[in-house]
Amino acid sequence: MWNKRRDEEPVRPYTPPGPSVAPTAPVAPSSLEPKKETTTVSSMPVNRFEPDTRGGGNSATIGKAVKIVGQIYSKEDLYVDGDLEGTVEALEHRLTIGPNGSLHASIKAREVVALGTIQGNVEATEKIEIRKDAKLVGDIKTARIIIEDGAYFKGSIDIVKPEPAKVTQPKQPPQAPAATAAHAPASTSPQDARR
Amino acid sequence: MLLPGSLKNLLRGGRGEPVPNGPPPAVASGRPTSPLRSAVAQAAVSMRPSRGLEQFFGNIRGQSGLTILDLGGATQQNVNFITNLGHRLYSEDFLQILNETFGAEDTVDQANPGRIDYFLRQALDYPEGQFDGVLLWDVLEYLTPALLAVVIERLHLIVRPSSYMLAFFHSDDKLEAVPLYTFRIQEMNTLQVAQQGMRRPAQLFNNRSLEKLFSRFESVKFFLAKDRLREVIVKV
Repeated sequence: MWNKRRDEEPVRPYTPPGPSVAPTAPVAPSSLEPKKETTTVSSMPVNRFEPDTRGGGNSATIGKAVKIVGQIYSKEDLYVDGDLEGTVEALEHRLTIGPNGSLHASIKAREVVALGTIQGNVEATEKIEIRKDAKLVGDIKTARIIIEDGAYFKGSIDIVKPEPAKVTQPKQPPQAPAATAAHAPASTSPQDARR
Repeated sequence: MLLPGSLKNLLRGGRGEPVPNGPPPAVASGRPTSPLRSAVAQAAVSMRPSRGLEQFFGNIRGQSGLTILDLGGATQQNVNFITNLGHRLYSEDFLQILNETFGAEDTVDQANPGRIDYFLRQALDYPEGQFDGVLLWDVLEYLTPALLAVVIERLHLIVRPSSYMLAFFHSDDKLEAVPLYTFRIQEMNTLQVAQQGMRRPAQLFNNRSLEKLFSRFESVKFFLAKDRLREVIVKV
Protein backbone atom coordinates (compact mmCIF):
# COMPACT_ATOMS: atom_id res chain seq x y z
CA MET A 1 0.00 0.00 0.00
CA TRP A 2 1.15 3.53 -0.72
CA ASN A 3 0.51 4.42 2.87
CA LYS A 4 3.08 1.94 4.00
CA ARG A 5 5.69 3.43 1.72
CA ARG A 6 5.09 6.82 3.18
CA ASP A 7 5.53 5.45 6.68
CA GLU A 8 8.90 4.06 5.73
CA GLU A 9 10.28 7.43 4.71
CA PRO A 10 12.70 8.89 7.25
CA VAL A 11 11.45 11.91 9.06
CA ARG A 12 13.13 15.01 7.68
CA PRO A 13 13.43 18.21 9.62
CA TYR A 14 11.27 21.03 8.33
CA THR A 15 12.95 23.41 5.96
CA PRO A 16 11.16 26.51 4.81
CA PRO A 17 10.30 26.56 1.13
CA GLY A 18 13.00 28.24 -0.87
CA PRO A 19 14.56 28.20 -4.26
CA SER A 20 15.03 24.61 -5.38
CA VAL A 21 18.75 24.63 -5.90
CA ALA A 22 21.15 21.93 -4.95
CA PRO A 23 22.97 22.92 -1.79
CA THR A 24 26.34 21.60 -2.93
CA ALA A 25 26.38 23.07 -6.40
CA PRO A 26 24.78 26.46 -6.53
CA VAL A 27 23.76 27.45 -10.00
CA ALA A 28 24.57 30.94 -11.10
CA PRO A 29 21.48 32.78 -12.31
CA SER A 30 21.24 32.60 -16.03
CA SER A 31 21.39 35.87 -17.84
CA LEU A 32 19.12 34.46 -20.52
CA GLU A 33 16.32 33.75 -18.11
CA PRO A 34 16.11 36.64 -15.72
CA LYS A 35 14.25 35.88 -12.60
CA LYS A 36 10.98 37.79 -12.63
CA GLU A 37 10.49 39.67 -9.41
CA THR A 38 7.03 40.33 -8.22
CA THR A 39 6.40 43.96 -7.42
CA THR A 40 3.13 43.43 -5.64
CA VAL A 41 3.75 43.86 -1.97
CA SER A 42 0.30 42.66 -1.06
CA SER A 43 -2.12 40.49 -2.89
CA MET A 44 -5.11 42.14 -1.27
CA PRO A 45 -7.70 42.77 -3.93
CA VAL A 46 -8.39 46.36 -4.78
CA ASN A 47 -12.09 46.76 -5.03
CA ARG A 48 -12.93 50.41 -5.05
CA PHE A 49 -10.35 51.76 -7.39
CA GLU A 50 -8.48 49.94 -10.03
CA PRO A 51 -5.03 51.28 -10.68
CA ASP A 52 -4.69 52.65 -14.14
CA THR A 53 -2.64 50.28 -16.16
CA ARG A 54 -2.16 52.43 -19.20
CA GLY A 55 1.27 52.36 -20.58
CA GLY A 56 1.97 48.68 -20.51
CA GLY A 57 0.27 47.77 -17.25
CA ASN A 58 3.41 48.14 -15.17
CA SER A 59 2.12 49.12 -11.78
CA ALA A 60 3.32 48.19 -8.35
CA THR A 61 0.76 47.95 -5.60
CA ILE A 62 1.05 48.46 -1.88
CA GLY A 63 -2.03 46.89 -0.38
CA LYS A 64 -4.18 48.34 2.34
CA ALA A 65 -2.85 46.04 5.05
CA VAL A 66 0.75 47.12 4.46
CA LYS A 67 2.70 49.80 6.29
CA ILE A 68 6.01 51.02 4.99
CA VAL A 69 8.41 53.38 6.70
CA GLY A 70 11.26 54.61 4.55
CA GLN A 71 12.09 55.73 1.08
CA ILE A 72 10.49 54.46 -2.08
CA TYR A 73 11.97 55.01 -5.54
CA SER A 74 9.79 53.66 -8.26
CA LYS A 75 10.53 53.18 -11.92
CA GLU A 76 6.99 52.17 -12.68
CA ASP A 77 3.53 53.39 -11.76
CA LEU A 78 2.75 52.92 -8.13
CA TYR A 79 -0.55 52.36 -6.36
CA VAL A 80 -0.54 52.84 -2.60
CA ASP A 81 -3.54 51.76 -0.61
CA GLY A 82 -1.71 51.20 2.66
CA ASP A 83 0.21 53.37 5.12
CA LEU A 84 3.43 54.98 4.08
CA GLU A 85 5.78 57.19 6.00
CA GLY A 86 8.89 58.73 4.47
CA THR A 87 9.47 59.77 0.88
CA VAL A 88 8.17 58.56 -2.45
CA GLU A 89 9.83 59.27 -5.76
CA ALA A 90 8.38 58.13 -9.04
CA LEU A 91 9.76 60.87 -11.20
CA GLU A 92 8.71 59.42 -14.54
CA HIS A 93 5.57 57.73 -13.36
CA ARG A 94 2.16 58.01 -11.84
CA LEU A 95 1.54 57.62 -8.14
CA THR A 96 -2.00 56.77 -7.07
CA ILE A 97 -3.03 56.92 -3.43
CA GLY A 98 -6.03 54.65 -3.07
CA PRO A 99 -9.04 55.38 -0.87
CA ASN A 100 -7.49 53.50 2.04
CA GLY A 101 -4.06 54.94 1.42
CA SER A 102 -2.47 57.21 3.99
CA LEU A 103 0.82 58.87 3.19
CA HIS A 104 2.84 60.87 5.63
CA ALA A 105 5.47 61.61 3.10
CA SER A 106 6.99 64.04 0.70
CA ILE A 107 6.17 63.01 -2.81
CA LYS A 108 7.78 63.54 -6.17
CA ALA A 109 6.15 62.03 -9.20
CA ARG A 110 5.19 62.78 -12.75
CA GLU A 111 1.53 62.49 -11.90
CA VAL A 112 -0.25 62.10 -8.58
CA VAL A 113 -3.82 60.92 -8.11
CA ALA A 114 -5.11 61.19 -4.55
CA LEU A 115 -8.16 59.31 -3.36
CA GLY A 116 -6.94 58.83 0.18
CA THR A 117 -4.94 60.94 2.59
CA ILE A 118 -1.66 62.71 2.02
CA GLN A 119 0.20 64.71 4.60
CA GLY A 120 3.30 66.21 3.11
CA ASN A 121 4.52 68.25 0.20
CA VAL A 122 3.77 67.05 -3.28
CA GLU A 123 5.70 67.78 -6.44
CA ALA A 124 3.99 66.52 -9.56
CA THR A 125 5.74 67.57 -12.72
CA GLU A 126 2.73 66.92 -14.93
CA LYS A 127 -0.43 67.06 -12.84
CA ILE A 128 -2.11 66.27 -9.58
CA GLU A 129 -5.67 65.14 -9.10
CA ILE A 130 -7.33 65.43 -5.70
CA ARG A 131 -10.44 63.36 -5.94
CA LYS A 132 -13.66 63.63 -3.95
CA ASP A 133 -13.16 62.57 -0.31
CA ALA A 134 -9.40 62.78 -0.61
CA LYS A 135 -7.50 64.80 1.95
CA LEU A 136 -4.26 66.59 1.25
CA VAL A 137 -2.43 68.70 3.78
CA GLY A 138 0.76 70.11 2.36
CA ASP A 139 2.20 72.32 -0.33
CA ILE A 140 1.78 71.45 -3.97
CA LYS A 141 4.06 72.22 -6.88
CA THR A 142 2.69 71.14 -10.19
CA ALA A 143 1.93 72.13 -13.75
CA ARG A 144 -1.76 71.26 -13.54
CA ILE A 145 -4.14 70.64 -10.69
CA ILE A 146 -7.58 69.06 -10.58
CA ILE A 147 -9.60 69.32 -7.40
CA GLU A 148 -12.95 67.60 -7.19
CA ASP A 149 -15.75 68.99 -5.09
CA GLY A 150 -15.68 67.34 -1.71
CA ALA A 151 -11.92 67.07 -1.58
CA TYR A 152 -10.13 68.64 1.35
CA PHE A 153 -7.00 70.59 0.72
CA LYS A 154 -4.95 72.71 3.06
CA GLY A 155 -1.75 74.25 1.86
CA SER A 156 -0.32 76.24 -0.98
CA ILE A 157 -0.44 75.68 -4.71
CA ASP A 158 2.39 76.70 -6.97
CA ILE A 159 1.75 76.24 -10.63
CA VAL A 160 5.03 75.55 -12.32
CA LYS A 161 4.81 75.53 -16.06
CA PRO A 162 6.95 72.77 -17.50
CA GLU A 163 10.08 73.98 -19.21
CA PRO A 164 9.86 73.61 -22.97
CA ALA A 165 12.00 70.79 -24.24
CA LYS A 166 15.38 72.08 -25.31
CA VAL A 167 15.82 71.59 -29.04
CA THR A 168 19.44 71.08 -29.78
CA GLN A 169 20.04 72.87 -33.03
CA PRO A 170 22.90 71.76 -35.24
CA LYS A 171 25.77 74.15 -35.38
CA GLN A 172 25.24 76.58 -38.23
CA PRO A 173 28.16 77.08 -40.58
CA PRO A 174 29.47 80.62 -40.76
CA GLN A 175 26.76 82.67 -42.40
CA ALA A 176 27.14 83.29 -46.11
CA PRO A 177 26.23 86.64 -47.67
CA ALA A 178 22.52 87.26 -47.20
CA ALA A 179 21.50 87.06 -50.85
CA THR A 180 23.30 83.77 -51.45
CA ALA A 181 22.00 82.22 -48.26
CA ALA A 182 18.43 83.20 -48.94
CA HIS A 183 18.27 81.50 -52.30
CA ALA A 184 20.52 78.53 -51.72
CA PRO A 185 18.64 75.24 -51.27
CA ALA A 186 18.97 73.69 -47.86
CA SER A 187 20.82 70.61 -49.11
CA THR A 188 23.35 72.53 -51.11
CA SER A 189 26.88 71.61 -50.24
CA PRO A 190 29.52 74.28 -49.80
CA GLN A 191 31.02 73.21 -53.13
CA ASP A 192 27.71 73.78 -54.92
CA ALA A 193 27.42 77.15 -53.33
CA ARG A 194 30.82 78.13 -54.66
CA ARG A 195 29.68 77.32 -58.22
CA MET B 1 -34.03 33.91 11.21
CA LEU B 2 -32.18 36.68 9.56
CA LEU B 3 -34.44 39.29 8.10
CA PRO B 4 -33.64 42.49 6.33
CA GLY B 5 -33.95 45.55 8.57
CA SER B 6 -37.10 46.96 7.03
CA LEU B 7 -38.94 43.63 7.14
CA LYS B 8 -37.87 43.11 10.74
CA ASN B 9 -39.28 46.50 11.65
CA LEU B 10 -42.52 45.75 9.84
CA LEU B 11 -42.99 42.53 11.78
CA ARG B 12 -42.30 44.37 15.01
CA GLY B 13 -44.84 46.98 14.05
CA GLY B 14 -42.18 49.68 13.86
CA ARG B 15 -41.91 52.24 11.12
CA GLY B 16 -38.26 51.69 10.48
CA GLU B 17 -35.67 54.38 10.04
CA PRO B 18 -36.91 57.51 8.36
CA VAL B 19 -35.48 57.70 4.90
CA PRO B 20 -33.37 60.79 4.53
CA ASN B 21 -35.10 62.62 1.79
CA GLY B 22 -35.19 66.15 0.53
CA PRO B 23 -33.06 69.15 1.48
CA PRO B 24 -31.22 69.41 4.76
CA PRO B 25 -33.03 71.02 7.68
CA ALA B 26 -33.27 74.80 7.81
CA VAL B 27 -30.55 75.24 10.35
CA ALA B 28 -28.19 72.69 9.01
CA SER B 29 -25.05 71.60 10.66
CA GLY B 30 -23.02 73.47 8.11
CA ARG B 31 -19.65 71.93 7.59
CA PRO B 32 -18.77 69.44 10.28
CA THR B 33 -16.03 66.92 9.65
CA SER B 34 -17.36 66.15 6.25
CA PRO B 35 -20.62 67.94 6.28
CA LEU B 36 -20.86 69.51 2.92
CA ARG B 37 -19.58 66.52 1.13
CA SER B 38 -22.94 64.86 1.17
CA ALA B 39 -24.62 68.12 0.32
CA VAL B 40 -22.45 68.84 -2.67
CA ALA B 41 -24.81 67.13 -5.04
CA GLN B 42 -27.77 69.05 -3.64
CA ALA B 43 -26.14 72.46 -3.90
CA ALA B 44 -28.25 75.11 -5.56
CA VAL B 45 -25.94 76.89 -7.95
CA SER B 46 -26.42 80.38 -9.31
CA MET B 47 -24.30 83.11 -10.84
CA ARG B 48 -24.00 86.60 -9.45
CA PRO B 49 -22.02 89.65 -10.36
CA SER B 50 -19.60 90.79 -7.71
CA ARG B 51 -18.26 94.30 -7.58
CA GLY B 52 -16.24 93.47 -4.53
CA LEU B 53 -14.43 90.72 -6.37
CA GLU B 54 -13.84 93.02 -9.32
CA GLN B 55 -12.40 95.60 -6.98
CA PHE B 56 -10.25 93.04 -5.22
CA PHE B 57 -8.64 91.78 -8.40
CA GLY B 58 -8.59 95.29 -9.88
CA ASN B 59 -6.37 96.32 -7.01
CA ILE B 60 -3.79 93.67 -7.81
CA ARG B 61 -4.11 93.88 -11.57
CA GLY B 62 -0.87 93.91 -13.43
CA GLN B 63 0.97 92.15 -10.66
CA SER B 64 1.94 88.52 -10.54
CA GLY B 65 3.64 86.25 -8.08
CA LEU B 66 1.49 87.47 -5.23
CA THR B 67 0.44 85.21 -2.39
CA ILE B 68 -3.31 84.93 -1.98
CA LEU B 69 -5.12 83.19 0.86
CA ASP B 70 -8.53 81.67 0.14
CA LEU B 71 -10.45 80.76 3.28
CA GLY B 72 -13.32 79.13 1.42
CA GLY B 73 -11.59 75.81 0.82
CA ALA B 74 -10.10 74.67 -2.44
CA THR B 75 -12.30 74.74 -5.50
CA GLN B 76 -11.16 74.06 -9.02
CA GLN B 77 -12.42 77.40 -10.28
CA ASN B 78 -10.69 79.50 -7.66
CA VAL B 79 -7.45 77.59 -8.02
CA ASN B 80 -7.53 78.00 -11.79
CA PHE B 81 -8.45 81.66 -11.70
CA ILE B 82 -5.86 82.71 -9.16
CA THR B 83 -3.01 80.60 -10.43
CA ASN B 84 -3.73 81.64 -14.02
CA LEU B 85 -3.11 85.21 -12.93
CA GLY B 86 0.34 84.05 -11.88
CA HIS B 87 -0.28 84.09 -8.16
CA ARG B 88 0.46 81.54 -5.52
CA LEU B 89 -2.63 80.31 -3.73
CA TYR B 90 -2.97 79.19 -0.15
CA SER B 91 -6.14 77.35 0.62
CA GLU B 92 -7.79 76.87 3.99
CA ASP B 93 -11.19 75.36 4.63
CA PHE B 94 -11.86 77.79 7.43
CA LEU B 95 -15.38 76.60 8.27
CA GLN B 96 -14.35 72.99 8.37
CA ILE B 97 -11.58 73.79 10.83
CA LEU B 98 -14.07 75.87 12.79
CA ASN B 99 -16.46 72.94 12.98
CA GLU B 100 -13.74 70.50 13.88
CA THR B 101 -12.57 72.77 16.68
CA PHE B 102 -15.84 74.06 18.10
CA GLY B 103 -18.54 71.82 16.64
CA ALA B 104 -20.91 72.82 13.91
CA GLU B 105 -23.52 74.55 16.04
CA ASP B 106 -21.90 74.98 19.40
CA THR B 107 -20.89 78.60 19.25
CA VAL B 108 -20.84 79.02 23.02
CA ASP B 109 -17.48 77.39 23.35
CA GLN B 110 -15.89 79.78 20.87
CA ALA B 111 -14.79 81.86 23.84
CA ASN B 112 -12.59 79.11 25.25
CA PRO B 113 -9.00 80.48 25.12
CA GLY B 114 -7.44 77.05 24.69
CA ARG B 115 -9.64 76.21 21.75
CA ILE B 116 -9.19 79.65 20.23
CA ASP B 117 -5.47 79.15 20.35
CA TYR B 118 -5.79 75.71 18.78
CA PHE B 119 -8.07 77.07 16.09
CA LEU B 120 -5.65 79.85 15.17
CA ARG B 121 -2.83 77.33 14.92
CA GLN B 122 -4.91 75.18 12.63
CA ALA B 123 -6.38 77.85 10.39
CA LEU B 124 -4.19 80.94 10.41
CA ASP B 125 -0.74 79.88 11.45
CA TYR B 126 1.29 81.99 9.05
CA PRO B 127 4.20 84.35 9.45
CA GLU B 128 3.74 88.07 9.62
CA GLY B 129 3.04 89.78 6.31
CA GLN B 130 2.74 86.50 4.41
CA PHE B 131 -0.19 87.39 2.19
CA ASP B 132 -0.89 89.98 -0.48
CA GLY B 133 -4.61 89.39 -0.41
CA VAL B 134 -7.22 87.35 1.41
CA LEU B 135 -10.55 86.02 0.20
CA LEU B 136 -12.54 85.72 3.39
CA TRP B 137 -15.91 85.18 1.73
CA ASP B 138 -18.62 84.91 4.41
CA VAL B 139 -16.74 83.01 7.11
CA LEU B 140 -16.55 85.84 9.63
CA GLU B 141 -20.30 85.72 10.23
CA TYR B 142 -19.96 82.37 11.96
CA LEU B 143 -17.57 83.60 14.63
CA THR B 144 -18.66 84.83 18.03
CA PRO B 145 -17.24 88.17 19.18
CA ALA B 146 -14.36 86.70 21.20
CA LEU B 147 -13.14 84.48 18.39
CA LEU B 148 -13.81 87.09 15.74
CA ALA B 149 -11.65 89.63 17.54
CA VAL B 150 -8.62 87.35 17.61
CA VAL B 151 -9.15 86.25 14.02
CA ILE B 152 -9.25 89.86 12.86
CA GLU B 153 -6.14 90.58 14.86
CA ARG B 154 -4.36 87.61 13.30
CA LEU B 155 -5.44 88.64 9.81
CA HIS B 156 -4.08 92.08 10.42
CA LEU B 157 -0.77 90.48 11.30
CA ILE B 158 -0.43 88.00 8.45
CA VAL B 159 -1.58 90.28 5.64
CA ARG B 160 0.93 92.69 4.23
CA PRO B 161 0.19 96.39 4.69
CA SER B 162 -1.66 98.02 1.77
CA SER B 163 -3.04 94.65 0.71
CA TYR B 164 -6.74 93.90 0.39
CA MET B 165 -9.23 91.47 1.86
CA LEU B 166 -12.65 90.61 0.49
CA ALA B 167 -15.44 89.64 2.87
CA PHE B 168 -19.15 89.07 2.49
CA PHE B 169 -21.83 89.73 5.08
CA HIS B 170 -25.57 89.35 4.93
CA SER B 171 -27.18 92.74 5.02
CA ASP B 172 -30.34 91.62 6.80
CA ASP B 173 -29.24 91.62 10.42
CA LYS B 174 -32.41 89.93 11.72
CA LEU B 175 -31.95 86.57 10.08
CA GLU B 176 -31.90 83.46 12.24
CA ALA B 177 -30.20 81.37 9.59
CA VAL B 178 -28.31 82.43 6.52
CA PRO B 179 -27.54 80.52 3.35
CA LEU B 180 -24.22 78.76 3.55
CA TYR B 181 -22.39 79.38 0.32
CA THR B 182 -19.42 78.14 -1.58
CA PHE B 183 -18.05 80.91 -3.79
CA ARG B 184 -16.40 80.00 -7.06
CA ILE B 185 -14.76 82.61 -9.20
CA GLN B 186 -15.95 82.53 -12.78
CA GLU B 187 -14.58 85.81 -14.02
CA MET B 188 -13.04 88.87 -12.49
CA ASN B 189 -16.49 90.22 -11.65
CA THR B 190 -18.65 87.10 -11.59
CA LEU B 191 -19.09 84.45 -8.95
CA GLN B 192 -20.77 81.10 -9.08
CA VAL B 193 -22.53 80.69 -5.77
CA ALA B 194 -23.42 77.22 -4.57
CA GLN B 195 -25.74 77.14 -1.60
CA GLN B 196 -25.02 74.26 0.74
CA GLY B 197 -28.01 74.60 3.04
CA MET B 198 -28.51 77.08 5.87
CA ARG B 199 -26.52 77.87 8.97
CA ARG B 200 -27.09 79.97 12.04
CA PRO B 201 -24.71 82.93 12.04
CA ALA B 202 -22.91 83.76 15.24
CA GLN B 203 -23.54 87.43 14.63
CA LEU B 204 -24.79 89.71 11.88
CA PHE B 205 -23.44 93.12 11.04
CA ASN B 206 -24.59 96.49 9.83
CA ASN B 207 -22.37 99.11 8.25
CA ARG B 208 -21.47 100.69 11.56
CA SER B 209 -20.54 97.43 13.23
CA LEU B 210 -18.43 96.49 10.23
CA GLU B 211 -16.57 99.78 10.38
CA LYS B 212 -15.96 99.13 14.04
CA LEU B 213 -14.83 95.58 13.34
CA PHE B 214 -12.23 96.73 10.82
CA SER B 215 -11.36 99.94 12.63
CA ARG B 216 -7.65 99.14 12.82
CA PHE B 217 -7.42 98.65 9.07
CA GLU B 218 -6.69 101.47 6.67
CA SER B 219 -10.04 101.60 4.90
CA VAL B 220 -13.32 99.74 4.46
CA LYS B 221 -15.44 99.93 1.33
CA PHE B 222 -18.96 98.50 0.98
CA PHE B 223 -20.86 97.22 -2.02
CA LEU B 224 -24.48 96.30 -1.44
CA ALA B 225 -25.71 93.66 -3.84
CA LYS B 226 -29.27 92.80 -4.81
CA ASP B 227 -29.16 89.44 -3.09
CA ARG B 228 -28.75 91.07 0.33
CA LEU B 229 -25.08 90.36 0.50
CA ARG B 230 -22.85 93.17 1.56
CA GLU B 231 -19.47 92.92 -0.09
CA VAL B 232 -16.66 94.53 1.81
CA ILE B 233 -13.20 95.42 0.63
CA VAL B 234 -10.80 96.01 3.48
CA LYS B 235 -7.46 97.63 2.94
CA VAL B 236 -4.88 96.57 5.44
